[in-house]
Amino acid sequence: MTQKNRLEGGQIDRSRPLNFTFDGKSYSGFQGDTLASALLANDVRLMGRSFKYHRPRGPLTAGSEEPNAIVELREGARKEPNTRATTAELFDGLVAKSQNRWPSLAFDAMAINDRLSNFLTAGFYYKTFMWPASFWEKLYEPIIRKAAGLGTLATDPDPDSYDKGYRHCDLLIIGAGPAGLMAALTAGRAGAEVILADEDFTMGGRLNAEAMPIADQSCSDWAAGVVVELSNMPNVRLMTRTTVIGAFDHGIYGALERVSDHLAVPAEGKPRQILWRIYSKQAILSAGATERPIAFENNDRPGIMLASAMRSYANRWAVTPSQRIAVFTNNDDGHRTASDLHAKGVKVAAVIDVRADAPSSGDYEVLKGAHVADTMGRLGLTFVKVTRADGSERVLECGALGVSGGWNPNVHLASHQRGRPVWNEKIAAFGPGDTLPQGMHAAGAASGILSTHGTLESGVETARRALDAIGIKAKAPALPEAEDAPIQITPFWHVSGAKRAWLDQQNDVTTKDVKLAHQENFRSVEHLKRYTTLGMATDQGKTSNMGGLAIMAELAGKPIPEVGTTIFRPPYTPTAIGAFAGRSRDEDFRPVRKTPSHFWAEEQGAVFVEVGMWLRAQWFPREGETHWRQSVDREVLQTRKSVGICDVTTLGKIDVQGTDAATFLNKIYCNPFAKVPVGKVRYGLMLREDGIAMDDGTAARFAEDHFVVTTTTANAVAVYRHMEFVRQCLFPDLDVQLISTTEAWAQYSVAGPNARKLLEKVIDPQHDISNEAFPYMACGEISIGGVRARLFRISFSGELAYEIAVPTRYGDALIRRLMAAGEEFDAVVYGTEALGVMRIEKGHAAGNELNGTTTALNLGMGRMVNKKKDSIGSTLSEREGLNTEDAFKLVGLKPVDPEKPVPAGSHLMTKGDPVDAAHDQGYVTSACFSPNLGHHIALAYLKRGDARIGEVIRLVSPLTEIDHEVEVVSAHFIDPEGERLRV
Amino acid sequence: MSNPLPEMIPLSALGGRAAQKHVHGPVTLTEVTHLALASVAARHGQEDACKKHLSTLLGQAAPDVEELVMNDPEAAFWIGPNQWIVGAPHDSHEDLAARLITRFGPSASITEQSDAWAVFDLQGDALPVMELLCPIDMRTLTVGRARRTTIDHLGCFVTRRGEDHLRILGPRSSAGSLHHALLTAMRAAH
Repeated sequence: MTQKNRLEGGQIDRSRPLNFTFDGKSYSGFQGDTLASALLANDVRLMGRSFKYHRPRGPLTAGSEEPNAIVELREGARKEPNTRATTAELFDGLVAKSQNRWPSLAFDAMAINDRLSNFLTAGFYYKTFMWPASFWEKLYEPIIRKAAGLGTLATDPDPDSYDKGYRHCDLLIIGAGPAGLMAALTAGRAGAEVILADEDFTMGGRLNAEAMPIADQSCSDWAAGVVVELSNMPNVRLMTRTTVIGAFDHGIYGALERVSDHLAVPAEGKPRQILWRIYSKQAILSAGATERPIAFENNDRPGIMLASAMRSYANRWAVTPSQRIAVFTNNDDGHRTASDLHAKGVKVAAVIDVRADAPSSGDYEVLKGAHVADTMGRLGLTFVKVTRADGSERVLECGALGVSGGWNPNVHLASHQRGRPVWNEKIAAFGPGDTLPQGMHAAGAASGILSTHGTLESGVETARRALDAIGIKAKAPALPEAEDAPIQITPFWHVSGAKRAWLDQQNDVTTKDVKLAHQENFRSVEHLKRYTTLGMATDQGKTSNMGGLAIMAELAGKPIPEVGTTIFRPPYTPTAIGAFAGRSRDEDFRPVRKTPSHFWAEEQGAVFVEVGMWLRAQWFPREGETHWRQSVDREVLQTRKSVGICDVTTLGKIDVQGTDAATFLNKIYCNPFAKVPVGKVRYGLMLREDGIAMDDGTAARFAEDHFVVTTTTANAVAVYRHMEFVRQCLFPDLDVQLISTTEAWAQYSVAGPNARKLLEKVIDPQHDISNEAFPYMACGEISIGGVRARLFRISFSGELAYEIAVPTRYGDALIRRLMAAGEEFDAVVYGTEALGVMRIEKGHAAGNELNGTTTALNLGMGRMVNKKKDSIGSTLSEREGLNTEDAFKLVGLKPVDPEKPVPAGSHLMTKGDPVDAAHDQGYVTSACFSPNLGHHIALAYLKRGDARIGEVIRLVSPLTEIDHEVEVVSAHFIDPEGERLRV
Repeated sequence: MSNPLPEMIPLSALGGRAAQKHVHGPVTLTEVTHLALASVAARHGQEDACKKHLSTLLGQAAPDVEELVMNDPEAAFWIGPNQWIVGAPHDSHEDLAARLITRFGPSASITEQSDAWAVFDLQGDALPVMELLCPIDMRTLTVGRARRTTIDHLGCFVTRRGEDHLRILGPRSSAGSLHHALLTAMRAAH
């Protein structure tokens, strides 16, 4: 393929040609090209269609501010819509497609919208699709979406990975143009830890795009030389392809590094992108400036671009958008484009300068005091119509027009913490004010200094000032000789009288839309933005906001600074959600916690359930069992008949020591703990400060000054945090020390009539665990096969039961030993479902009952709140509202028709009452099928429940169409007297 | 008596009989299984006595904030005000907590922590790996420093034992996840 618009020179590697396709057509470019530069080299100016009117568009810029050349890159799962052709690095085999067109880019049927533009003005959608409301979702929205869509998403999961990372530095320098490079050189030579980040793949900023010299070198060579020196400094880290996307508190910056976007596929194990969190002591914003266009009639045709972009394409990429160009400018910088392209052999039709006193040139014609009145060319610029100072018209033939309306400092990051930009009359633009984020300094073009000499000097001085603030004295490097042209600009925002002069090319907002918004009384810039969509979408108005503000100011008869700017928010450029997620996706979304019997349970074919981060065995299916209920029923029945084993390691374990350990627990729990004998366990209920039940568990006293507290699995962390708060803040004078030992011990429950017999086989023979020696609620230290162990005689199932703990490394061995020893008893292992069934049968409260709204009184434990002592929550549990006559009480429920379920979440109604919230009597908290009773059972909170045992009430769940009768019974379905526990 | 019961064979945090080791480019990740650990927390009014015991044990001053003191056979690092973790070889000090209780007497609360942690050694060029894992500024984590941080959502300690030797302690139940995160970062960084 020929690259007919390729010029001589440039910073591309002609020895490395690259092939790529655009809309199915093959082209070639070179290493160092962007997709946009390569397409322009191949004489492709048309790269996209606009969002609303489907107008043909080409690149307006050569950087990340691009509104028009928005394309889809790659295919399949790696397809990425809405990327900028101007920043996409070319690689061999790149597949790119235009978007928002049908059936093709050259002939887009949706361009009919353009003909209807008189109707599709600002607020059209708001005004038109209001009525009838029911049409919105089914009719209007799908149509609008189809017409206004951007690219289409890949529907497969993203195969690439993303990392997050953290870096630290004394000085973060954002942007590696002349100011950033000099700042880095100053700080690097002073020995400061420096990070220099730039969004481009080559550092240098505008220095890579300009033809003027620095010292005796081309400015790109000078930049490359500085980068070499910096890269040899161990205290300087250079981060290319890295966009600083946000300025956050305390000198923290977000930065997105595109590690592999320039490759077809990331290298093995490598991320596609890394979202860095950079901790800086000081930061320099040297992000440069963005040139702004001028609005005139039909200023959006492919081939019309910013003059600086045209210069970048010519100088850096050796590309001209056309062999015959023109320039429209209001300042001296525009003339540079003409002279640079002229020097490269491109024909300059004319420079149209709005200033009557514009400089002249011997190389090309300058039309002074003139403006562009209109343009021609359906899919690309062919002619420009100029109105001259004397009012006469002239038509210029050209394939490209460079437009320069002046430069806007990139103040975005300076404004991320609500810093307000300040109007700078000298450059007719907003610059950073004095409200920058703490530790940030602006330098170079970002601070409104536009000459090369000025930016170099500003980089040095700003770095010295920033380093001085953190006590580092830096010497000023000698400044190389560079141009120092004064700024000559006459503000000129738009050609008046234009019918279709585009301000925001990405959102198709014209000067007329801004006028309409003003006419309809949208006076705040924020309202203007929302009403017209000016400055929305992926480019966030980087090239358009200023023009909108200027016109707004003109209409309101106010100076521009009084109109102000909209709020700047991160990210600076579009950032993939994947980068924010990092590695936290799919199976790595969160770490998992595995119990000590996990590997054994896997061997048994256990079905696991996530409980917080824990993976717990839910049940253990055996051959022939086809339904979970079969497994669970078997596990429950066999445990109550003989013996069952369950991994209960997940329960929180907190080691409480100190001479005041018992006093401390007396504060934590509402029931008394001071007199628990050594070698005994006590059940405890802890209340929140407001009197609501927080958690329950046990505390085992191993010594006068040593307890082991257990918590529920779900509340392990919350209870530990609460206890630390109480220790450190409420009772700092108590001698008590806490540490979690949840992970340190593997703990199993051994429950059922044969529990003792089984344990006696497992533990070392010197330990007597007979009922007399080791009664209900005993605890002690024993050994198993010589390994230290702890034994607790506690029961959640209601059976004769023990919990036995060994250091976690022996947990796997212990479950194998318990199961082997249990063979003669037909011992079963049971999971969380069977555990749940047995605790409901026994009437034990769990998380469902301790739901953050219930009190000890509701739980039927009102008398546990000991009034002979003070404990947390005790006083507030006496509040009137928590102690009403019709307070909820925990009861059991069984269906009148034994075939019926009693689902959790159902509500209870007194028979004969209407089914409504006003008559609600309570709700079901836990429910299961009891294989021992042969029917469903449930626990419920019922008003005055303790006085209503035997009453038949109505169970309703209107949403799931449940409405039948249940009988109120004691919550203790099995062994209500607790005899089994004590044998 | 039927068949003898299975022996009480310990497993590593990753669930194996032997420690796992992975080499990737310039970094090596090794599971550390030979450590006995115990926490030492000074009791009220006993802070000086406790520190004295600790310093006798370590042959030098008790570790201050963020410090790690390496000694043979015991080492210790600071984990909170008047609170430390002491480590020693498991083979010789399986009963570390009991020994410390005897040594410290009423001056400290001692809790066995041997199996509360999964421990990994990261050796070699670890900085590019660590900066993908945690917000610690590795240049300030000099040899003899210990810091608490978050790795892969998990609360961990990172201690620097040598220029090229980091030791990472994380919650044992998440050993697999932590190991996976470390390996993934090694492959991404090198």
